[in-house]
Amino acid sequence: MDYFLELFFSGLTRGSIYALIALGYTMVYGIIELINFAHGEIYMIGAFVGLTVAGVLTSFGFPATSIMVLASMAAIVYAAAYGYTLEKIAYRPLRSAPRLSPLISAIGMSIFLQNYVMLAQTSDFISFPSLTPEFAFLDKYSSTIGSSDFLIIVVAAVVMVLLTLFIKFTRMGKAMRATAQNRKMAMLVGVNVDQVISVTFIVGSSLAAVGGVLIASHIGQINFFIGFIAGIKAFTAAVLGGIGSVPGAMLGGLILGWTESFCTGYVSSDYEDVFAFALLVIILIFRPSGLLGKAPIQKV
Amino acid sequence: MLKLKNVNTFYGNIQALRNINIEVAKGEIITLIGANGAGKTTTLMTISGVVPPRTGEVIYDGEPIHKKSPDKIVKMGISQVPEGRLIFPDLTIMENLDMGAFLRNDSAGIKEDMDHAFELFPILYERRKQLGGNLSGGEQQMLAISRALMARPKLLLLDEPSLGLAPLIIRQIFEIVKKINKESGTTVFLVEQNANLALKTAHRGYVMENGEIILSDTSEKLLANEDVKKAYLGL
Ligand SMILES: Nc1ncnc2c1ncn2[C@@H]1O[C@H](COP(=O)(O)OP(=O)(O)OP(=O)(O)O)[C@@H](O)[C@H]1O
Ligand SMILES: [Mg+2]
Repeated sequence: MDYFLELFFSGLTRGSIYALIALGYTMVYGIIELINFAHGEIYMIGAFVGLTVAGVLTSFGFPATSIMVLASMAAIVYAAAYGYTLEKIAYRPLRSAPRLSPLISAIGMSIFLQNYVMLAQTSDFISFPSLTPEFAFLDKYSSTIGSSDFLIIVVAAVVMVLLTLFIKFTRMGKAMRATAQNRKMAMLVGVNVDQVISVTFIVGSSLAAVGGVLIASHIGQINFFIGFIAGIKAFTAAVLGGIGSVPGAMLGGLILGWTESFCTGYVSSDYEDVFAFALLVIILIFRPSGLLGKAPIQKV
Repeated sequence: MLKLKNVNTFYGNIQALRNINIEVAKGEIITLIGANGAGKTTTLMTISGVVPPRTGEVIYDGEPIHKKSPDKIVKMGISQVPEGRLIFPDLTIMENLDMGAFLRNDSAGIKEDMDHAFELFPILYERRKQLGGNLSGGEQQMLAISRALMARPKLLLLDEPSLGLAPLIIRQIFEIVKKINKESGTTVFLVEQNANLALKTAHRGYVMENGEIILSDTSEKLLANEDVKKAYLGL
């Protein structure tokens, strides 16, 4: 039972991170039907900014908790600026171009950002300080759930609740839903669609940045390539849940996290990715539009 | 109130509107009729700023609007009921209506207008919690018109409201359009293929062919015009 719980929580931790990143894919897809391949790189940049800020603040002797908060905030601001700029320069000019063009632009930006960080930083793994405070009340359960797992799960849950409330109840949230359902009609009722698209990129990038800092501090090291792998996993989660669906991305992330965790725990750790993608294939065979997706995907 | 001056609109290299000149006076119902692909929808989208003209001017209330974004144009009082209705499928009727009032923040007035829409179309009240995607064609058209009215427009653009509806519902909808025009003085720009009905509803009409206006006159004269009779009234 202990082992099961341990796997359950480590799956939940992973899944929460996948969900945070998957939300960015799914929201952008929902609004402009583009798979933003550079989204994983935004997450990676968030982790690097977090690392830099954490390094500086540590040298000034700040306490861990405030470093965590400040590093996350800096990562959010930075990643949001990158996401916003990315859309402006790489996608907006191609808005009325054939569908393939922005997709290629996205792949190009992904490669560019990876190489840019590799050159500006290093191609080696850099160690990332553990910024999670030790939660004393978890001591009894230390074999099943660690402090940083706990932090990731709680932060991700809070962030996802806030996002859901934002989409459901704010004016911008309404504008986003309307734009996702019918962009032309959204314009005709007075939604500033350009602004909605920018906000979508900003929100998605911020979520990825939070995920980036949390996981970097959890795992303890980062390099320029982490965005690629996490990006593919999160994209898988988004497709699994039904791309374009916000609750779908959350669900897809968790299911993927648990699948990986249980399969590696009970079967073999060599095939972690095989399980993840096998699950994707199986679900897509039975539900081509993903678990909570709507119309069949015809537009990729 | 609205004036299109030498408007030319393109989709890429394809020219959809050629030197269009249209004038609409305050309080009028005017109609634009023409066959499939004539450029009627494009004309409305040009007015709404969704497909801006390449050259020419659109003047509304004395102000050029052809360089303005769609949201600014809605804000100035022009609402459109687009071709195909474009109901938000995953929003309820009430949420669809609420989206129509997106640029307003007088919640009391919005509530009042929503009640008014429900008076106009009681069926919408019965279905108010249902998703837009589950409505019949007629209900969707009623909702689309009501949604446009939620912005309290001074100028209402209607794109083929009769399309795909049963004669009884078409008549009901046209009656309501007339009523809206009479009671609140809303100017109406009606695009139709159902030329007979459109000309009986409107004060004046324009006939469009291949992106050009080939005729314009009062409705009576157009209804009596031999060419119009032959080409659009099936007589
Ligand atoms: N998005 C588009 N891209 C390219 N060409 C277009 C587009 N929309 C319309 N057209 C072309 O512009 C011309 C005018 O089309 P428009 O939709 O304005 O006609 P319409 O009079 O509304 O026709 P209908 O009665 O069938 O609705 C047509 O030749 C059409 O093929
Ligand atoms: Mg049309």
